[in-house]
Amino acid sequence: MENLVEISNLNFGYGQRLVLKGINMRIPRGSLVAIMGLSGCGKTTLLRLMGGQLQAREGRMMVAGEHLNHLDRQGLYRLRRKLGMLFQFGALFTDLSVFDNVAFQMREHTDLSESMIRDLTLLKLNAVGLRGVNTLMPSELSGGMARRVALARATALDPSLILYDEPFAGLDPISLGVIGQLIRRLNDALGATSVLVTHDIQESLKIVDYVYFVAEGVILAEGTPDQIRASTLPFVHQFVWGESDGPMPFHYPAQPIQPDFGLAGRPA
Amino acid sequence: MMVDSVLKAVRVVGDRTLKIVERIGATVTFLALILVHSATPFKRPSLIVREVYYAGVQSLIIILVSGLFVGMVLGLQGHETLQKYGSEESVGVLVALALVREMGPVVSALLFASRAGSAITAEIGLMKATEQLSAMEMMAVNPVARVVAPRFWGGVLSMPLLALLFSGMGIFGGFVVAVVLIGVDNGAFWSQMQAAVDFRQDVVNGIIKSLVFGVAVSAIATFEGYEAPPTAEGVSGATTRTVVTSSLAILALDLLLTAFMLKGWN
Repeated sequence: MENLVEISNLNFGYGQRLVLKGINMRIPRGSLVAIMGLSGCGKTTLLRLMGGQLQAREGRMMVAGEHLNHLDRQGLYRLRRKLGMLFQFGALFTDLSVFDNVAFQMREHTDLSESMIRDLTLLKLNAVGLRGVNTLMPSELSGGMARRVALARATALDPSLILYDEPFAGLDPISLGVIGQLIRRLNDALGATSVLVTHDIQESLKIVDYVYFVAEGVILAEGTPDQIRASTLPFVHQFVWGESDGPMPFHYPAQPIQPDFGLAGRPA
Repeated sequence: MMVDSVLKAVRVVGDRTLKIVERIGATVTFLALILVHSATPFKRPSLIVREVYYAGVQSLIIILVSGLFVGMVLGLQGHETLQKYGSEESVGVLVALALVREMGPVVSALLFASRAGSAITAEIGLMKATEQLSAMEMMAVNPVARVVAPRFWGGVLSMPLLALLFSGMGIFGGFVVAVVLIGVDNGAFWSQMQAAVDFRQDVVNGIIKSLVFGVAVSAIATFEGYEAPPTAEGVSGATTRTVVTSSLAILALDLLLTAFMLKGWN
């Protein structure tokens, strides 16, 4: 199957600190892939690199046949018209109504008539079950509803690649299940490819086709949901089963404790 | 020891000065960026009209009420001083010139910076903090063209209109105090004002001042919002900086413009 996203030997860092090291990934067209890992492991950075919000220091990042490092701003904007992104808390435009949020890209990038935009917008809202709230403002929505409206907005122009940044964060169990099912259904219905950054292991293993585990800037493991569940790798096992003890240390690396408490010179 | 303290003080002053110059440079660069991306709002005037409503129309009450009070105080003070010289009929001239040349543009710009400038900064800063600007970028829409430029032009266009309304309301306040309450001759009040106020020298210069203040306040407000650190503390600091920097910029620009207008541009 053709790959929509191809990442080869990618390095990215801030200053001297490397956040991602030697990343290799292949995301086939039509698939739903999850990138998992602990907070701060670099998975959102990886998503931002795919969207062109950050630039790789070394390596190759190909999205929809375009080499992201070689694109100027115009080229990047051209590519982004084929992309949809769901931000962690929706990032709905607070000065626009739900309807105007979903219609935003259609008005900006197409010459469709206002009546056509109206019909398409209501269809998109209907697909996420929220046609009835089209006149409300984002401040009048619950967290789960805002996420669903943002999903309708992200798919407004039927993108070929949809990026999800922590779509399950802060949701109640019912909303979480609804969002999970919508992500899978929309991906299949639109014939899109989706990349999901999350640490919600149970919900995402139900819906994704393939999983990449990122830890300390490298891909530690990868496989189908069944392979991940059956993995004997200590880190993956600890992550999947939520164990408090394992290869992931509780303490962030720090200097010896004695100087911090004025105990320098005493035996540890 | 003494030398060290002096050197430290010089270093602190130098560091602060460099930061101020850097900030001014960044604001001017941002203004140039806004101008480059101004085609979008002018192709879609509804974007600017909306901002004129939020920045201009919603500032009307504070501008009109303040204008009325300032005009009334000028009427009272003017009459008090002028009657000592037996020329209390000239109170209309004093009120009108003070308002049209100085008080109208300056006070309305200060009020505009506090009311609309701070709101623009807070709105753009919060849009940044809640990733709305990033979302727009990801939709291949330039936030400077779609969010910043309309707010900038909305502010620039609102400012002279607000200054004119402030002056008009102030003259009405002066009339109420001087003519209605104190009893200055109605005909003398208006005719002396008409004879003394020059349209080009006074009214147009006042409008030019308010346009310049509008550019300064709107550029500072949008820049501070766009560059605000995406945290609650960052947005609150940016809002404060907008009001402080805009107020200082208005007063400094007023001195410069007044000097040029009185002494000529040559």
